[in-house]
Amino acid sequence: MSATVAIMRERFDPSRHGALLALAVILLFNLLVTPNFLQAQTLFVNISQVATIAIVAMGMTLVIATGGIDLSVGAIMALSGALAPLIFLSDFAAANPTLGLTASIVVPVFVALCCGIFNGVLVSFLNVQPIVATLIFFISGRGLAQVLTNGNLQTFTNPSFSYLGTGRVLGLPFQGWLVLLIALILYWVVTRSIFGRQLLAVGGNERAARLSGIPVHRVKIGAYVICAGLSGLAGLIVVAINSASDAARIGNLMELDAIAAAVVGGTLLQGGRAPIFGAILGAVIIQLVKYTLLANGIADEVALIAKAGIIIAAVYLQQARKE
Amino acid sequence: MLDTNSFDLRRFLQGGGHSFGVWVALVAMILFGLLRYENFGSAYNISSFLNYNAMFIVISVGMCFVILTGGIDLSVGSVAAFTSVIAAYLSPFGIEVALPGAVLAGLAIGCLNAIFVVAMRIPPFIATLATMLGAKGGALVISGAQTISIDWTSNFTKLGMENAFGLLPWTIVITAFVVIALWVVLERTSLGRTVLAVGGGEDASTMMGLNVNRAKVFVYALSGGCGGLAGVFLASGFGAGQPLEGVGWELSAIASVVVGGTLLTGGMGTVGATVAGALLLGLVFNILNFENGRGVISLSAYWQMVIRGGFLFVVILLQSQLASRAKGVTQ
Repeated sequence: MSATVAIMRERFDPSRHGALLALAVILLFNLLVTPNFLQAQTLFVNISQVATIAIVAMGMTLVIATGGIDLSVGAIMALSGALAPLIFLSDFAAANPTLGLTASIVVPVFVALCCGIFNGVLVSFLNVQPIVATLIFFISGRGLAQVLTNGNLQTFTNPSFSYLGTGRVLGLPFQGWLVLLIALILYWVVTRSIFGRQLLAVGGNERAARLSGIPVHRVKIGAYVICAGLSGLAGLIVVAINSASDAARIGNLMELDAIAAAVVGGTLLQGGRAPIFGAILGAVIIQLVKYTLLANGIADEVALIAKAGIIIAAVYLQQARKE
Repeated sequence: MLDTNSFDLRRFLQGGGHSFGVWVALVAMILFGLLRYENFGSAYNISSFLNYNAMFIVISVGMCFVILTGGIDLSVGSVAAFTSVIAAYLSPFGIEVALPGAVLAGLAIGCLNAIFVVAMRIPPFIATLATMLGAKGGALVISGAQTISIDWTSNFTKLGMENAFGLLPWTIVITAFVVIALWVVLERTSLGRTVLAVGGGEDASTMMGLNVNRAKVFVYALSGGCGGLAGVFLASGFGAGQPLEGVGWELSAIASVVVGGTLLTGGMGTVGATVAGALLLGLVFNILNFENGRGVISLSAYWQMVIRGGFLFVVILLQSQLASRAKGVTQ
């Protein structure tokens, strides 16, 4: 325990300090103002909703750490979220339930990974700017999902699949534990693995990284693939929560939430830093702001304006610290 | 230096070397349409096509200026949604009030972007992302998340329905005027040359004594104003302020600019090629509609997005080839 405290102190910096402060303010505000805030139900609702933002935000953090950006996360969520019910509602899955269920998780994530390879190859080998490269799937990914489902809403009752979104482990939502697991793995990857070191080096100074023999292309593709894979997983969770899949709505505007969460969590847009737990912190803050406004009867649209304010404030503080 | 005194058609078309393809593709696409579909060249199709695409042309041209400085403006779609609501609210006072009012509202949001980017030094991507959310929220708040219908008794309805000088709808005439004016600004004024110089190298421009900040404020304000005008077109085209519209417009605009051969790094590109890019992306839809009309194939509206994305992919591939070839020459 004391070791973690020491690590935390060592890695303490103003940008994360600001985010923690913001979190404290929001929690305090809720304790004082929001009715019934201190209830298990509040915790469950927020954990199950924040999980998808957090999962995508962690992937986004890796991409931003290389100095890139991934606009396609929401569209990839829609694609994988549309695929899963197609698979487990098919005749094949009806004949082999276990195999069908496995396929309905593996295939969408695999497709998402392929999207990531596409993004990564465009960005690295073809040297296309990340915004433009990921714009392709941003535009066509959701269209593909809608073509696959013919634009229909797919509803289903499949308890095993729904476990992804509604299951409980030790009393807490399954996807909350999933976030924790992914975060621990990625934290290890960023801080301890060779890939992580190379990732930060590429983001810090790409030219220097290239000259020192780091496989820049491979590292970048890796970041986009991880981000896309996590997005695919998040798409499955959204579908599992709702027991329904609407390709037009899954992951809509998720790219904005994920970028905002990463930035609020202390990721520098220029690259070179990948605070994984910061991304979760950012996701929690964004979710709590949304929840606070809704719980106090303030319309969803005002939450958008609040989110805009948070993004500007977070980046401005980053900027001010640098100068 | 560039010879800015004489009109050079080739330079107008090429605009730095990357945009020749878009003109070829545009001509090929039009020829294809003319030969394959009977009514493709009809006055009705041309007029309704341009009328519908006017708003996309306007925001693409505004976006082109921002991208030329090496920036980006993600807020244009939300700005158009916001100002379409403003225009609808102002429509009882007539077009004389509604049009300038909505454009001013867009301009104001553009100025907010400029403050974020220039004064607060927030990266354009993030700054305009925030105003995108803010403007979307604002549009929903002032409209109560409802479409706001325009006043049908006022002369606001003239905009999309009546022809200017008995020739073309007002929307098209206004768009043409804006495009020409902005072409002149970019190619013939010191402000326009500064915009290009800033994108070519911001530090170098500063050292040369160019007013970099003024150029940046100008492009963001302009893009906001263009978003405002697009909002007016949106309101008149649909007969109502549309707070939920405009999603993804910024990316369509960026796609038009990129298809037009402008590099996102800035410094190179033309107004003409951007308009061609916007027309080309619009034509994909138009031709798809005609093809569906022939009954041989039946592609749903969802395919349009897939085809658009695929189209963008092809253009990007070609661009990256051209870019690496150009690099090879200079090295």
